Amino acid sequence: MVLADELAKQQRSISVAEFFEKNKHLLGFDSPTRGVITTIKEAVDNALDACEEAQVLPDIFISIKKVGNEVFRIIVEDNGPGIIPSQVPFVFGKLLYGSRFHQIRQTRGQQGIGISAAVLYAQLTSGTPTTVISRTGAKEPAHKFEILIRIEANEPDIISQGPIEWDRTHGTRVQIEFRSTMSAKKKLVEYLRYTSVVNPHARFRVELDDESFTFERVSQEVIACPVAIQPHPHGIEFGQLKRLAAASNQKLMDFLAGTFSRVGKKTALEMCESAGLKSTAKVGSLSADELKALLAAMQVVAVPAPPTTQCLSPIGEELIRRGLDKEFQMDFVAARTRPSSVFSGHPFMVEAAIGYGGKLPAEGNAILIRFANRVPLMYQQGACAITQCVTNVNWKAYNISQQGFPVGPILILVHVASTNVPFTSESKDAIANIPEIEKEVTLVLQELGRELKHFVSRRDRNQLAEDRARAVCAIIPELAVKVSEIVEKPVVDTAPIEGKLMRKLIAKRWTEKGKITIEINNYTGNAAEISIYDISGDNAEDATSVPAFVNEMDGQFTKVWKASIPPQTVWRVSYSGKGGGMIEIRGIEENKKMVVDLDV
Amino acid sequence: MSKEELDKKSMAALLGIASAWYDQMKAGEIPSISLPTRTKYNIEFDDASEVWKYGEKESMRTAASAKSATHLLKMAYVIGFVKQQLIENRSSTLREMYYISEGWKRAKFGAQDESNFLIEDLEILTEVPREGFHLRPEEDGASIYGPMRIKEMTRRGLKTIHCQDDVGGAGYSIPNNVENIEFVDHNAKFVIALETGGMYDRLIENGFDEEFDAILLHLKGQPARSTRRMLNKINATWGLPILVFTDGDPWSYRIFASVAYGAIKSAHMSELLATPRAQFVGLQPSDIRDYNLPSDKLSEKDIEALNSELTDPRFATDYWKKQINLQLEMGLKSEQQAFAARGLDFVTKKYLPERLSAMGII
Repeated sequence: MVLADELAKQQRSISVAEFFEKNKHLLGFDSPTRGVITTIKEAVDNALDACEEAQVLPDIFISIKKVGNEVFRIIVEDNGPGIIPSQVPFVFGKLLYGSRFHQIRQTRGQQGIGISAAVLYAQLTSGTPTTVISRTGAKEPAHKFEILIRIEANEPDIISQGPIEWDRTHGTRVQIEFRSTMSAKKKLVEYLRYTSVVNPHARFRVELDDESFTFERVSQEVIACPVAIQPHPHGIEFGQLKRLAAASNQKLMDFLAGTFSRVGKKTALEMCESAGLKSTAKVGSLSADELKALLAAMQVVAVPAPPTTQCLSPIGEELIRRGLDKEFQMDFVAARTRPSSVFSGHPFMVEAAIGYGGKLPAEGNAILIRFANRVPLMYQQGACAITQCVTNVNWKAYNISQQGFPVGPILILVHVASTNVPFTSESKDAIANIPEIEKEVTLVLQELGRELKHFVSRRDRNQLAEDRARAVCAIIPELAVKVSEIVEKPVVDTAPIEGKLMRKLIAKRWTEKGKITIEINNYTGNAAEISIYDISGDNAEDATSVPAFVNEMDGQFTKVWKASIPPQTVWRVSYSGKGGGMIEIRGIEENKKMVVDLDV
Repeated sequence: MSKEELDKKSMAALLGIASAWYDQMKAGEIPSISLPTRTKYNIEFDDASEVWKYGEKESMRTAASAKSATHLLKMAYVIGFVKQQLIENRSSTLREMYYISEGWKRAKFGAQDESNFLIEDLEILTEVPREGFHLRPEEDGASIYGPMRIKEMTRRGLKTIHCQDDVGGAGYSIPNNVENIEFVDHNAKFVIALETGGMYDRLIENGFDEEFDAILLHLKGQPARSTRRMLNKINATWGLPILVFTDGDPWSYRIFASVAYGAIKSAHMSELLATPRAQFVGLQPSDIRDYNLPSDKLSEKDIEALNSELTDPRFATDYWKKQINLQLEMGLKSEQQAFAARGLDFVTKKYLPERLSAMGII
């Protein structure tokens, strides 16, 4: 027997399910730890997409529980429109089955691989079928399915199915069990937090083993569901054109004008001429060579950029700010949404935000969080075009130190929204180097860098003023005491220096021998009508001037005095106690007052 | 200047600073003080004394920021502390003062460097050396060995010491306060100051001091003030040539520069500390080439230091420019003990005699 015959015996077609069984990493299932995150990510993506389509505010419940030795049960439940019973087995039990693949609009999931890959992964590691409950409305009963995938055929294998009582009126619940570990718990919580930042209209309830927490929604507005658009002639490839042409019985000109976005009769005619084809030719009967000429002509003829407003759904500057404020306590947040743009006929839009200070770690590299179509990208940061843009921006120009990455208490958020996000691989971890996208990301980072620079320099100016106030109000008086002691003369009064330098209302508080004194010097030219708020553990019973009111809360007393202080005069109060706490002056403009705590 | 005179002068000068601040504050002004800028860009050659001193550039410290105000406050505390020492006729080390500052609250020193720097500021402002503040340095003085006799006023009374006959093998230890030494007599032709202890011991062991009537002095790296003052005084009192023999690298040239021209840090004291007639023996970059000495490659830091020396006014002579450029060209440095590669006697029998006779010393 010849070798070719020998080989022929082994040659057979491979089902897509078999292929992915061997190439789990392509779908983000390279390790059990990562499997958990990928599964939740796929289920949550589907839930959010479904809620968006149904125009409901997403309420998503996520639970991860250990049910056996290294076996975890993952449940994701949403209040979306549900799936009709006849479709459920295919959505969960067949790879590459989806509704969004052929549509040109911004969605999270695209290929219809994700969730069925999770089902496959569960089947491979624990052998347990995936349980799905779905209900499409209050009048319909809920249906429960137990599903496996027939790997050789890539077809669903329904273990059991039937109606069931369910308390949700509509929605879907998927329960998957597989072998894994919870070592990526931190990353998982991070993923959910980031998801909540860019989906401020969604609420996530999470149960992790015995912990439970909620990421609340900050917006009550349902986000507009992006509308599908026609393909743009510049973004089309040969196979797609051939398929479209084969399915049409129109004349070439009508086909072009009717199938592609931004192509009118005039443009269509131009394309026909450029391709050397008759505008009245039947599209369905064009040869492969003629289609190739047509495709080339379609790229050459100038066509306006595709419409972007309906097919893309940016988060918006305001909501990004609110989402970030909710999850990170920072001193400053700025967000920018760039105008939409196009690469290879695919519309896209870049949004970004920069946060500074607050509870961000003061040292080390900035934190970068990347999103594509509202989905956080958790892995392969180094391979992502966004990361490269961040390191290529000259942050030093914005007075931010930089070692590749900007350094300091900085958070950078970048969101790329597109009808077709160009990922480097199917696991959708990193955005590919597309010059148009890189340009937009760089521009938005530069805009934000400028804003941050303004904020930081304004803050530095304030710090300088405060620094000066400290010097004048706290240190110079001490210097006066020491110097007077050395020269053996009466202590020199430093109030004139204060007044001359500050021309403000200066409030000082200090503790000495169990007495707290608050002294307010009005060095301004006008009388000041102010309230003094002093919050500490002391009740100020023996205050030399009785407070307007005292309020106790958890052992902390808020003392409020109202005072009218004529220019160039001093108001003073003292009482016994331990000091500490804080003092605030209200009723005078921020730049006309200075509060100095001498005990600090 | 006698001790009483010095005390009086320093008390008056310190009180002067405090009074000036008092008057400034009384007039409603922010207290301030101005000091010469202490960098290499602000040292100038003083023709009269032939040493490098601080130039005209001054920086003003005004208590208008928390940092400067705190600096002035610390200075005030130090003045108060020194005033008390002068009144009680006590003294302390710089390190002791650093620890005493623990009780000064806001005026407490963050690190010893800070207190040392502040004392130098006060020396500049008052033109009184720190001995006048009754402050002693921590650093121990170097050793000296050779045919000379001195009288030292010790805490146990006046002692007369011959620096060959009355001392151990390691020589006579230079005290912190050289002002207490009286130079009696000597039988030497020159003084040779050595950077490393190894070379100092080698010269003693080989009897270099007896053979060439030399006084040997161990610099112990960057020489302490008392060591430099000792060289200055020997040169001034007896007129003996002062020769400096160090390693052949940029850091060692700075040792020579501080002996000959004064250190940038203490340029205000150059007249007392520097010995402008001191001469550099080696190790010269040309020696590495001429004697084919074992050597190491220059590090990046070395190259940086050499380049910095090319812009240092103290090295702005044809000799130094030639040697430094030669070294940069070769990219090599050697230690003075590298002469051992040619035999232990090579340095005392061949190198030094040849080099010193070429210099016209012997």
